[in-house]
Amino acid sequence: MRGRNDDTGAQFTRRALVFGGLGALSFGGLAARLYQLQILESGKYRGLSEENQFNYRLLVPSRGRILDRHGRIFAGNVENYRLLLMPEQVKDLDALLSRLRKMFDLSPAREADIRKKFSQRGRLSPIPIANNMDWETFAKVNLWLPDLPGIQPDVSEVREYPNGEDSAHLIGYVGRVPPEQSNENEPLLRHPGFRIGRVGVEKQYDLDLRGKAGALKFEVNALGRVVRELPDIRTAADAGDDLQLTLDKELQAAAWHALDGTSGAACLLELETGAVRALVSTPSYDPNKFVRGISSVDYQKLLSDEYKPLYNKVISGTYPPASCFKMVVAMAAYDAGLINPRERMRCTGEITLGDRKFHCWRRRGHGLVDLNTAIGTSCDIYFYELAKRLGIDRIHDAAKQFGFGELFDLSLGVGSRGIVPNQAWKRARIGEPWAQGETLIAGIGQGYLSATPVQLAVMTARIATGVQVRPHIVSLHTEPAQPFAPVSFSQTAFQIARQGMSSVVNKSWGTAYKPGGLDGKEMQWAGKTGTGQVRKISQAERDDRVIENHELPWKLRDHALFVGYAPLEAPKFAIAVVVEHGGGGSTVAAPIARTILNAALAEEPLQSARSVVEQP
Amino acid sequence: MNFLRVTRPEVTLSFLGKIARINWVLVILLTALALVGSIMLYSASGGHFEPYSSRHGTRFLIALGLMLVLALVDIRIWMTLAYPVYLFSVLLLVGVEWFGETAMGATRWLDIGPIRLQPSEIMKLALVLGLARYLHAHGELTKLRHLIVPILMIGIPFALILRQPDLGTGVLVAGLGLGMVYLAGLSWWIILVGAGFAGIGLPLFLMFGLQEYQWRRIRTFLNPEDDPLGSGYHILQSKIALGSGGADGKGFLKGSQSHLNFLPEKQTDFIFTMIGEEFGFFGSVLVLGLYLMVLGVGMYVAIRCRSSFGRMMAGGVTITFGLYVIVNVGMVTGLLPVVGVPLPLISYGGTVVLMVMAGFGLVMNAHIHRDSVLPTGKTLIL
Repeated sequence: MRGRNDDTGAQFTRRALVFGGLGALSFGGLAARLYQLQILESGKYRGLSEENQFNYRLLVPSRGRILDRHGRIFAGNVENYRLLLMPEQVKDLDALLSRLRKMFDLSPAREADIRKKFSQRGRLSPIPIANNMDWETFAKVNLWLPDLPGIQPDVSEVREYPNGEDSAHLIGYVGRVPPEQSNENEPLLRHPGFRIGRVGVEKQYDLDLRGKAGALKFEVNALGRVVRELPDIRTAADAGDDLQLTLDKELQAAAWHALDGTSGAACLLELETGAVRALVSTPSYDPNKFVRGISSVDYQKLLSDEYKPLYNKVISGTYPPASCFKMVVAMAAYDAGLINPRERMRCTGEITLGDRKFHCWRRRGHGLVDLNTAIGTSCDIYFYELAKRLGIDRIHDAAKQFGFGELFDLSLGVGSRGIVPNQAWKRARIGEPWAQGETLIAGIGQGYLSATPVQLAVMTARIATGVQVRPHIVSLHTEPAQPFAPVSFSQTAFQIARQGMSSVVNKSWGTAYKPGGLDGKEMQWAGKTGTGQVRKISQAERDDRVIENHELPWKLRDHALFVGYAPLEAPKFAIAVVVEHGGGGSTVAAPIARTILNAALAEEPLQSARSVVEQP
Repeated sequence: MNFLRVTRPEVTLSFLGKIARINWVLVILLTALALVGSIMLYSASGGHFEPYSSRHGTRFLIALGLMLVLALVDIRIWMTLAYPVYLFSVLLLVGVEWFGETAMGATRWLDIGPIRLQPSEIMKLALVLGLARYLHAHGELTKLRHLIVPILMIGIPFALILRQPDLGTGVLVAGLGLGMVYLAGLSWWIILVGAGFAGIGLPLFLMFGLQEYQWRRIRTFLNPEDDPLGSGYHILQSKIALGSGGADGKGFLKGSQSHLNFLPEKQTDFIFTMIGEEFGFFGSVLVLGLYLMVLGVGMYVAIRCRSSFGRMMAGGVTITFGLYVIVNVGMVTGLLPVVGVPLPLISYGGTVVLMVMAGFGLVMNAHIHRDSVLPTGKTLIL
């Protein structure tokens, strides 16, 4: 046997070098792989590493406030004190809960919920323990925090509407982002803590009020826990802009209280600028309930209420303007040369057109009346005649001048145009030719004609000023805006209308006369009552006895209307009040209007208002 | 190639003579690797010496002492002990089968008093010794029957380790054994026939011989992105860490992947990823370069040896070491499936440091006794 020391040496060397070569080749392969990963594809992996390392958290901006004309708060933000539980930091849940129970009221249902969520293992998201805590309890818990491992206090902002019900339709409310909006290209909309304007001003001006989200970059570990905050990468949230309205918080409240208990609406305008000072719809709802999340019981109650609390009657509700429309008919007839204001007509309580009878509201008639008396006593017979002379198309054209049929949505995103009929309209909408009887009915503001309370206030403002006042609710920085264009009627026509409206409230025979005038100072003013008939009164009923309003079901009762302005000379405010199925305009609507005007005059005394205007 | 083989007359080595023949280049290279390990373990524990870095250093120093002791022992003693060591190791593996500690679905450890032993690690060295002894005496490998004993020597530990189950170590043991047989001069026709059989046998083995978890690893290795939060997580996070390191790295202690715990096993099997993340491409290639130099020195020692036993011993240890590095780095870069193979001298873990250094003790021993002529056959010196 050969020795195995030297003879195979050459072969071994060869094979060892082969191995060495293989090894070097493998290492070369590894180096190439590292070159691929670390040089060629480095960018891709750097991105993935960043994704691992950092999480971005949106900072919800503070929502802009909605203020009244004096900067008083319609919609503001309050701090919501909450307690959160970090499940992985809790060692002994029972001990923790019993300690918390000593500090504040922890309901058994809530506790059961916490236990259930806690037992769902693997979750890292915090469990809410308490919401809307009062400051004292919250402070107490904070004091004992070192003894409460796993409890994290949290302060967030919640929308609050201090006025509550009185401006709910106007201001609206915020709520969770509706699903159809949440896929818009704005990450804020997907933040669970973000609330979006859902109704009213909150909705229409949402983009201004919303503000800009801030961002916070966090370093997180593999479990998703925050390791540290990176202060240099923090962008603060930009709070939303405050929005100043023309409305007056006190007047809004006063108007609401005047109408409370009815189903109605009121609109108070400042004449010089068209600024809306109060805009009320009753009954209402508490917007704060919607912010916190309304219970389905409460919501069902709102939906099924016959008085429709969710419906904004002041801009969306349409009512026959009734006798409030008579000034428009009178002015149109005068400027058309169809009436001499001194012309007297005899009111016997009814007239006949063809085989149809038309009645005055006063069954025994007004006797001999001229135009001023006809407005002051609201004689229907006189206006049947004027309407007959005018024809529906001229009534239509005049109504248009006063804002009827025009949409004043007041940046609330909703609203109705109402109806101003003429012959073409009837042919197009109903497919029948116009009947002359319908013209007569239109002459007393009934029939197809309908208007919103805002339109009635606009009509009143235009009669009072002679210019085409347009209402707005958001304070314009360019105030006073461009002067309004004149309403194309003669000065005499305006005088006739204003004098008639003065008679209504200042003459003892007027339909809404009350001694004492306004403002507690015998201030002269102007107004017009209206009683909108809802049902048709049959001839049989007239022959027997017309059923009194209070005997009818609510839905069939007359609408009570009133429009007015004050003071009579140099008018400053115009108002329209509608009380649905409230009865007579003089007995129900007029006192409400008077109350609101008195409040407005008290809130903005005339001399001070003038001095503001005269300031250089 | 004989220029590499400077034949010198055999000398009797004195103790000082042995000291003089120590290969200091190897010592420096190994120390450098261990130092890299300590530095990375300092980072792995978030900038603290405790618990990994200081222990790693201490263990290395002890292991370095052990290496020098093993190196200075007469090579004949190793030759004499080769078979007993081999048999003892096989017995330990059998012991694991019966008395072993089970952790994470695998039975790999033996508790002997205070020491927790991983016999499969010892087996690698024992196999180097046993095979070296056998191949020294039976150099002729031209017929199939010459292979019976080596195949059994490799096959028995391989089978036992596979049963634990530990595919990684098993493949390492088999690769090391076959590599030594090849170095010893296996005939080319046997190699070709063997390769043919392997071509048929490997698919069969893959089909019937693998555990479910091993299959899962192979599947996720092929498509790690399919299941980024499940089994593919390790590979994906490892690649992210390496790739995000870029050319020059994120900086010492600044590896976000490792420090935020996205990287699994960062102090053991995946420590190379940390090097890549914190020191970039240049850092990782530098470390690969250190390993390559160690391999070069190992192979040089083997070639330089006069005795077949010395050559086999140095060659076997070098192959083992090289396989460790290639499999580990291949694994963390996503080239090979995830098998539990540490990065020698850098990964945290006592047994591996000890065994690797003991292995280099044998390499050093071969180097010191490079000119010794050893008897063949059954003539034992002792």
